[in-house]
Amino acid sequence: MQDKATRVKVSELPGPNGTPITVLRFSGDITSASKDAVLGTYQSLPPGAKRILLDFSNVEYLNSSGIALVIQMLMQAGKAGQSIQSFGLSPHFQKVFTMVGITNYTKLHPDEAAACAAFD
Amino acid sequence: MEANNSSTVELRLPSRLGYEKVAMNTAASVARLMGFSEDRIEDLKTAVAEACINSMEHGHKLDESLKVEVILSITDNSLEVKVCDEGPGVQGKVPVPNLELKMSGEESPRGMGMFLIKSLVDEAEWISSGPNGSCARLVIHLHKPEEE
Repeated sequence: MQDKATRVKVSELPGPNGTPITVLRFSGDITSASKDAVLGTYQSLPPGAKRILLDFSNVEYLNSSGIALVIQMLMQAGKAGQSIQSFGLSPHFQKVFTMVGITNYTKLHPDEAAACAAFD
Repeated sequence: MEANNSSTVELRLPSRLGYEKVAMNTAASVARLMGFSEDRIEDLKTAVAEACINSMEHGHKLDESLKVEVILSITDNSLEVKVCDEGPGVQGKVPVPNLELKMSGEESPRGMGMFLIKSLVDEAEWISSGPNGSCARLVIHLHKPEEE
């Protein structure tokens, strides 16, 4: 048995004031096996990407090792002065993210429109 | 999956990441049969998965020849899940993750499993049996004690 591979689709949306939003849409599992998919994809974004939207809508399984990768991504984004908004987490994982304190570093929004509107 | 009697289900899993989902989904099925709400079942799934991952990674160092034993015991009001391995077990208190230290790089981004387990179930303890290995024991109650 293997984890369902993490897939990340990168796209761009127009931001509220014309600055584009880079969207990372995750699907499958996010576990310790997802380092290349999560951090590799994040690190391959162009340096000009200052607004990043994380879409967890199609994530099927997320564990603490996967959450650690999200934390590492947020650490690197903080150092790069990037703003990150998130949406699509189930109520359970919204609770888990809140429990471990991730919500101090990215806001969890109910949907994509609310998340996009939250960028300054 | 082996059902010894109406109140116990036992699993033996190889110490290979991914197999924790077998325990997680079995625990969810049992909890659903018992009438637990979906939000409690989600809590249990995460707790059981994290306990299994701890056993595989820390107890057995991912040695696939070593089996993680998962024993689900059902009573009228509660579901107990024991996750056992051959490792020495947990020493000391359950660490509370400090995200500020993690974000600053002073603490590993990992190390949240036990904290999540403790936060998501009604009872959690780690029992070390010396050379015989150790178990994580998790319990969720259908009705919280104060509701009885």
